[in-house]
Amino acid sequence: MTTPTAALVAFKQRRAKTRSIKAWYRNGTLMSGIAIVGALVLIAVFAPVIAPYDPIEQHLSDALQPPNWQHLLGTDKFGRDVLSRLIWGARVDLRIGFLAVLIPFVFGSILGGIAGYFGGWLDTVIMRIVDIFFAFPFYVIVIALVFVLGSGEASIYLAIAAVSWVSYARIVRGEVLVAKQQDYVAAARLGGFSNARILVRHIGPNVLSQAIIYGMSDIVMDIMAIVTLGYLGLGIEPPTAEWGGMIADGQEFITTLWQQATIPGLAVVVTSLGLSLLGDGISDLISPERRK
Amino acid sequence: MAPEPLLRVRELSIGLRRPGSDPVVLVEHANFEIAPGERFGIVGESGSGKSMTLRAVAGLLPKGVTVLSGTVEYAGRDLLTMPASKRRALMGPDIAMIFQEPMTALDPVMRVGEQIAEGPRRHLGLSRADAHALAIDMMRRTGIPDAERRARAFPHELSGGLRQRVMIAMALSCSPKVILADEPTTALDVTVQHQVLKLLERLCDELDAALVFVTHDLAVVNQTCRDLAVMYAGKIVERGPVKEVFAAPRHPYTKGLLDSAPDFDRPKRQLIPIPGFPPNLAAREPGCPFRPRCPFATPHCAAVEPPLEPVAPGRRSACFEIDRLIAEEVA
Amino acid sequence: MTHRLRFVPFRLLQAIPVVFGVTFIVFFMAHLLPGNPALALLGNQATPAKVAALTTSMGLDKPLWLQYLLFLGNLLRGNLGDSLSYQEPVLGLVLNALPVTLLLVCYALVLSLVISIPLAALAAARPGRMPDHSVRTFTLLGQGMPQFWLGIMLILLLAVNIKIFPVGGYGDTALDHLYYLFLPALTMGIAMSPTVIRSLRSSMISVLESEYIGTARSKGAAGAELFRVHVLRNAAIPTVSIVGVNLGYLVGGSLIIEHVFAIPGLGSLMVNSIFARDFPMIQGVALFVALFVVIVGILTDIVYTLLDPRVDLSTKAAA
Repeated sequence: MTTPTAALVAFKQRRAKTRSIKAWYRNGTLMSGIAIVGALVLIAVFAPVIAPYDPIEQHLSDALQPPNWQHLLGTDKFGRDVLSRLIWGARVDLRIGFLAVLIPFVFGSILGGIAGYFGGWLDTVIMRIVDIFFAFPFYVIVIALVFVLGSGEASIYLAIAAVSWVSYARIVRGEVLVAKQQDYVAAARLGGFSNARILVRHIGPNVLSQAIIYGMSDIVMDIMAIVTLGYLGLGIEPPTAEWGGMIADGQEFITTLWQQATIPGLAVVVTSLGLSLLGDGISDLISPERRK
Repeated sequence: MAPEPLLRVRELSIGLRRPGSDPVVLVEHANFEIAPGERFGIVGESGSGKSMTLRAVAGLLPKGVTVLSGTVEYAGRDLLTMPASKRRALMGPDIAMIFQEPMTALDPVMRVGEQIAEGPRRHLGLSRADAHALAIDMMRRTGIPDAERRARAFPHELSGGLRQRVMIAMALSCSPKVILADEPTTALDVTVQHQVLKLLERLCDELDAALVFVTHDLAVVNQTCRDLAVMYAGKIVERGPVKEVFAAPRHPYTKGLLDSAPDFDRPKRQLIPIPGFPPNLAAREPGCPFRPRCPFATPHCAAVEPPLEPVAPGRRSACFEIDRLIAEEVA
Repeated sequence: MTHRLRFVPFRLLQAIPVVFGVTFIVFFMAHLLPGNPALALLGNQATPAKVAALTTSMGLDKPLWLQYLLFLGNLLRGNLGDSLSYQEPVLGLVLNALPVTLLLVCYALVLSLVISIPLAALAAARPGRMPDHSVRTFTLLGQGMPQFWLGIMLILLLAVNIKIFPVGGYGDTALDHLYYLFLPALTMGIAMSPTVIRSLRSSMISVLESEYIGTARSKGAAGAELFRVHVLRNAAIPTVSIVGVNLGYLVGGSLIIEHVFAIPGLGSLMVNSIFARDFPMIQGVALFVALFVVIVGILTDIVYTLLDPRVDLSTKAAA
């Protein structure tokens, strides 16, 4: 590549970037995503204020009521208000979902970056390990691990981290492999920069954008996992209100009180929808040319 | 003109749609006729509109590009207003197209024999076995050695020259009356180019098919075609028999093309490139499109667009200053 | 043409270290917690005597590497231990459940393709217009649904309110199986379709913009015929890779679906053994599931090679 051409290409790219950032508030996908997720976060944060009842307190005499004016979604078999549990459940599922991506993101990206950048036997070893983890279906390991580690939030984080770091490793490695060939890396090398500096300052930002975009869809997957675990009675244990657990509770009475199994699921659908839109919107922003 | 023209393009204009404004005009008021068995060349630079013209005839304009006005008559019927199914029925037995880059123009997952047989099966109603036999026969006629074995090959297993022969076999499989060739030899090695051209000429003779040959290579047109149209910025600027046009061009652009092209008969002749660049079609200026680069331009050329008019028997040109051009030539 | 398939033995050989890794992980699942696994296994039934007895009988007092070797040795002889809850050899129980899960997964794959291919074609034929937007909305919603919840909803709609299909179970005859497995397979099929549709749609759009589609049109091909002869096979190629990668996920989902619909496959076995703390069973099922995924990976490569004549995996170095 001749210098004038490279300069022209770089200039065009920068111009395209400013153009896309300027129009972010026009991006329908991004705005709907922000709206939905924003609303959910607000609901979760203000749960103590919004929820009409305590989610854990039992009132056995009021059990299994259909939706009425005192209990808009009815009560479950322990007499707990379903709506309040739904609202408080948002706290649990959203919080854990967001936090659970962090460790895999960091750990996987670092390993993937090392594998891609240094190559050689380091690459082979790391990628073989990645292959092995990929051989296990996500849910099998997560369920087994949570079972082994016992219930509670910490085991969820550990179990998810143990399994989902591999996707980040693969993505980052792929991006690094591509980035390595680019001229700006050769230029940095010639300039005498250390490997670490090249990785962090030069390759890092370009490569991480893909990992971030994947991370958004990963949050959705993690929320799914948490809800599934809750459904099976693992992870977040009763009596804490959690959407998956609520679906399991509701399944018993599906013939009469179908709302109790249906509504929490809808909550998950809406949450995932909002997060997907948000992820797509961010993806448009960061790398518009890659999205199809 | 004794025989009824097989293909008649009249006032054809093609444009690229733009949201919120007028379309960008890519071809403007193209007019030409092809008689049965004739060999017609369309010459021009990239962006002159020659490919688009061909694609409009074939009905294969890319997304966003449409015919703005005009007619394309085949055997007296306008292809543009015909129902789609009837038009599709013509594609193969009447009109066929050969594309430039055979690697991308052939389906990578289908054996070449099957691809050649596809047209006959659809249009001629041949059975699978009969169509396959026909395909092998066509491959032999296009000079592909070991045709039976090669028919089972996939496109990526063949060389460029062989692939182009496959394309030719495919186009000719239903014995069309008009062959539209869009730079069929441009992507080939020079040595192979010559062979493929000769092959194309021979087959057109055998099938008595008309050939519309789009290219930027003047030598090829000289060898293969009898008549030609020269296109610049979407307009036909000169039309006439190839030998006459090349011997005595009647448009500054044609003259510029000839002066800048190497000529084997006069190897020591200095090549004179045409100064400047083709115009931006999205921002057309009034007057003759070639004016900014024309050595004979006058203020009148900038104000009024020259129409394509007869300048000699069988020859047309779109220029106001032809007399000065002829004068300079004689000098 | 079959010489392109000669990579298969190599791929199988390559899979062996991965399989070893799998056995390693499966073995160590028991030893994740500090302390005696036997203690963890017995849970609240633990007494010092019971723990001691279980420790010796499981060989937990031997050095770790020796335990692993013994474990491997047993594996190779087909001995996966005995289930603590069923009191029967694990291998037999797993082999009984395996065909059920296999049928479910294949059924789900077929239903997924039946749903996805027409929807993807609809979206790809007119990108950016109404059909495309509708399909995209469908995929967005589909991705957001927990699979087990979708299963419950389908039961609610088609087995409780309108009693077309059974609520759960497996049936006795082969035809019965197909009837009973329809809702669960449909659930999994719908859950998988967003991924397939997205990939197919994208590759179909690419294919439709290719030169060779122009050539096909110049021969008079159009509409459904064009799709069938030229578009589908070319578009399927990149999709096969993506579906292959996601099949592992599909298998994971089947575990939970089997629980929801009470289907006696590997999934139910796994979930029940987790609740029963039946460790040898958990190990056995996990091992088989992982092996299944590895085999699916190799099968994906084979299908990919068969679909795309340009591909020759035998010349590639270890990927």
